Amino acid sequence: MTRHIRNAAAFCALLLVALLLNASRIQVVQAPAYDDNPANRRQSIARYGQPRGDILVGGRPVTGSEDTGEQLRYERTYANGPLYAPVTGFASQEYGTSFLEHAEDGTLSGTDPMLSPFPLWSDLTRAQNPGGDVVTTLDAAAQQAAYKGLGARTGAVAALEPATGRILALVSTPSYDPESLSGNGPSVTRSWLGLNEDPARPMLNRAARQTYPPGSTFKVVTAAAALDAGVIRHVDRPTRSPDPYVLPGTTTPLRNAAEGCRNASLRVAFERSCNTVFAKLGVDVGVTGMAATAQAFGFNDPGLRIPYPVSPSSFDTRVDRAQLALSSIGQYNTRATPLQMAMVSAAVANRGQLREPYLVERTTTNRGATVFTAGARPVRQAMLPSTAARLRELMRGVVEDGTGTNAAIPGATVGGKTGTAQHGIGNTGVPYAWFVSWAQAEDELEPRVAVAVVVEEDAAAHRGHISGAGVAAPIARAVMAAVLRS
Amino acid sequence: MTKAGTGTTVAADAPAPALRIPRRRGIELALIVLAVLLSVYGYCAVGLARHDAVPPGAMGYGAGLGVLALLAHLTVRLRAPYADPLLLPIGVLLNGLGLVLIYRLDLQTPGDRAAPAQLVWSTLGVALFIVVVAALRDHRVLQRYAYVCVAAALVLLTLPILFPAVNGARIWIRIAGFSIQPGEFAKVLLAVFFAAYLAANRSALAYAGRCIWRLQFPTGRVLGPVVAIWLLSVCVLILERDLGTSLLFFGLFVVMLYVATGRTGWIAVGLLLATLGAVAVGRMEPHVAARIHDWLHPFASIDAGQGPGQLAQSLFAFAAGGMLGTGLGLGHSPLIGFAVKSDFILATAGEELGLLGLTAIFLLYALLVERGYRAGLALRDPFGRLLAVGLASIVALQVFVIAGGVTGLIPLTGMAMPFLAQGGSSVVTNWAIVALLIRVSDSARRQYDGRVAP
Repeated sequence: MTRHIRNAAAFCALLLVALLLNASRIQVVQAPAYDDNPANRRQSIARYGQPRGDILVGGRPVTGSEDTGEQLRYERTYANGPLYAPVTGFASQEYGTSFLEHAEDGTLSGTDPMLSPFPLWSDLTRAQNPGGDVVTTLDAAAQQAAYKGLGARTGAVAALEPATGRILALVSTPSYDPESLSGNGPSVTRSWLGLNEDPARPMLNRAARQTYPPGSTFKVVTAAAALDAGVIRHVDRPTRSPDPYVLPGTTTPLRNAAEGCRNASLRVAFERSCNTVFAKLGVDVGVTGMAATAQAFGFNDPGLRIPYPVSPSSFDTRVDRAQLALSSIGQYNTRATPLQMAMVSAAVANRGQLREPYLVERTTTNRGATVFTAGARPVRQAMLPSTAARLRELMRGVVEDGTGTNAAIPGATVGGKTGTAQHGIGNTGVPYAWFVSWAQAEDELEPRVAVAVVVEEDAAAHRGHISGAGVAAPIARAVMAAVLRS
Repeated sequence: MTKAGTGTTVAADAPAPALRIPRRRGIELALIVLAVLLSVYGYCAVGLARHDAVPPGAMGYGAGLGVLALLAHLTVRLRAPYADPLLLPIGVLLNGLGLVLIYRLDLQTPGDRAAPAQLVWSTLGVALFIVVVAALRDHRVLQRYAYVCVAAALVLLTLPILFPAVNGARIWIRIAGFSIQPGEFAKVLLAVFFAAYLAANRSALAYAGRCIWRLQFPTGRVLGPVVAIWLLSVCVLILERDLGTSLLFFGLFVVMLYVATGRTGWIAVGLLLATLGAVAVGRMEPHVAARIHDWLHPFASIDAGQGPGQLAQSLFAFAAGGMLGTGLGLGHSPLIGFAVKSDFILATAGEELGLLGLTAIFLLYALLVERGYRAGLALRDPFGRLLAVGLASIVALQVFVIAGGVTGLIPLTGMAMPFLAQGGSSVVTNWAIVALLIRVSDSARRQYDGRVAP
């Protein structure tokens, strides 16, 4: 009997070994896969179990966290949701994150290992770091001015600091309150469906994620290409351009809204926004030169991140001469985000040097210790410094005695360019009013701000009245004045 | 203090023969103190983790557990002085840990507090322990009541059929607000009966009968009653849909038959019957087929878009524990939902104590079983040997069936983790098992003659 008892004991030992091996399989070998299973709520519980870090504008948080006491404990709140929505995006328990909330999620949620003072030790103890803060480059006053200026209209504003590429304002209207998406449950689902079905598309970030035909504002790029290529050597010499200009290879005449464009000098053509002159200049530069300059300004670049991705602006490089003529005045397939046009203006203001734009100045731990600093951004020479100097002169002319006098600020040098872009089949769409500009206070060495404003006019009754000068320039002026004051 | 205690008891028994084994009651006391301290520590750790404060009942909980354990210890010291010193401390530690885990889960299910009731049941269990150790002077007395035991077991097993089913299983009876699971008590009674019957008939079972292809099968006359009772109990269990206990009875039956007769033919018969039973039940009962499907595809409900099922949640909990665990009170095992305090209590241990803690718990059970087997080896009367092996095997099989179920090793069958899980009948039964093992090991060590080390 003794032997059989021993055998039975050995059988029990076998059962124990099976249990231990299986436990090791689940708790060690399979554990990572089980932890990452989307149906496993633990990661969500941990993620929302602590307050999310904040996004700061001008040293003050524009976000917050609310303790709901539910299983997913903390929900995102926004101090001024609609104003900053194109910057912050939303942080929803149901629908994920967008924009900065998405791009800086590691810092905000505390999962970024850089936040931990002793990463290995934290791994061992499974300690969760408190969420870090994200300090933005935004200028609160400029952001407010842009949002107020756009008002009930549909449009967008992007403002940059030309010397650094810091984004000072990024506004899109109509906007929405991202707080309405923060939590979970039926009310959030309702908000989400409502916002997505809204024909006004309030969740669209028009400043960085929507491209528009840039219209006459693109003439800054065409002028830069012409000056860089040597097609124009003196801004005050006649350009030998006809009016109307028959598009090459076709019989379609291109006309002007303004008078006195026949054979006008570049300065006059720029001030009056002569289509004929710039269409001919584009054709004279050729598709290679035009494309090179446009790409130097940032067109056709799908890789721009601020740190969330920006929709690429486009300049079509496979065009015939007639299409090139139209492309050169910002029509045909030429499309630009407001941020892109602000970059064009900033490059002009910064002696032809283009700094890549960015939104995040630095990230910090919750105690304020810096984790990451933006530092110097890559710089690109978009045009010759001499070209930039001449363009600044031309843009000043637009504001001082051209189409952009609405943008003038007393006590500051302002350069600008208006644009009224037609679009739609047969130009039946409501035109977009553009204004791009930069401003330099008299007592400063270089321009402090470059702005691009686009306004979509939604009422057909306004047709004919809409123009960059009338609608967009005052908004740009308000933003520039706000930056110069601060 | 430990040494002093040992010294005095040994000194008091000075005239005993030199071969007598040390009683080691002082070691038992020290281990009990350690077990109580560990439980109180766990209780405080839960409070600190959940509310940043030592829970207000910590002193009372520790004092209550300590007094119970001390009373049990005193009983053992007086009435079973040679008993194995590890059995009681293991029982106290597992019961204390179970109370900590249930208390911890109570904090997240405020509407359904189970810890106070569990403490009451533990008190009853210890009381039964004291009664058994004090009243039962010799385990051989039980041999006389074998047929009383089996009759009682059958009554207990059939009783719940008269009561309404709870959660798909007809294994509870409700009296005055208490729900009792009579099948739990029945397993001890059946073990006593099997031991007595097999001890009386083992020669007939082992050496008579015919041989079929090198396997010797016993004669129908001795086999008849055993198989009849076994079939009856298994039928009752299938009617009550309590598959875990059914599996446990079957395993217990096979192990005890094998130990009693030493015939491998029994294992063959057992495996054959098990296979036939499993196939038949799997075909007939959709409930069982669903369990097997869950076991093979624990994440099927996730893929179907219905969220994780209980077994998936249990696996997630174990995985979240990893090597070292999240710490008591810091896991999310309440996600398992229903039965988290009973069948799935081990998932909380696995998540919050990690693989390390889980291994420690398994080893505590293994030690308990090992002490039972050791007592069986040391005893000389067949009934005592079979009883010790049977009781230890109940614990071993029960731990394997439920722990294997919640970790996905075998199909999940509802069963209580001994001492840990919520459930009054289970705690009381396990204290009875420990009491009987104490009694058996006392006899084993008392008659120690230096040949086999108990």
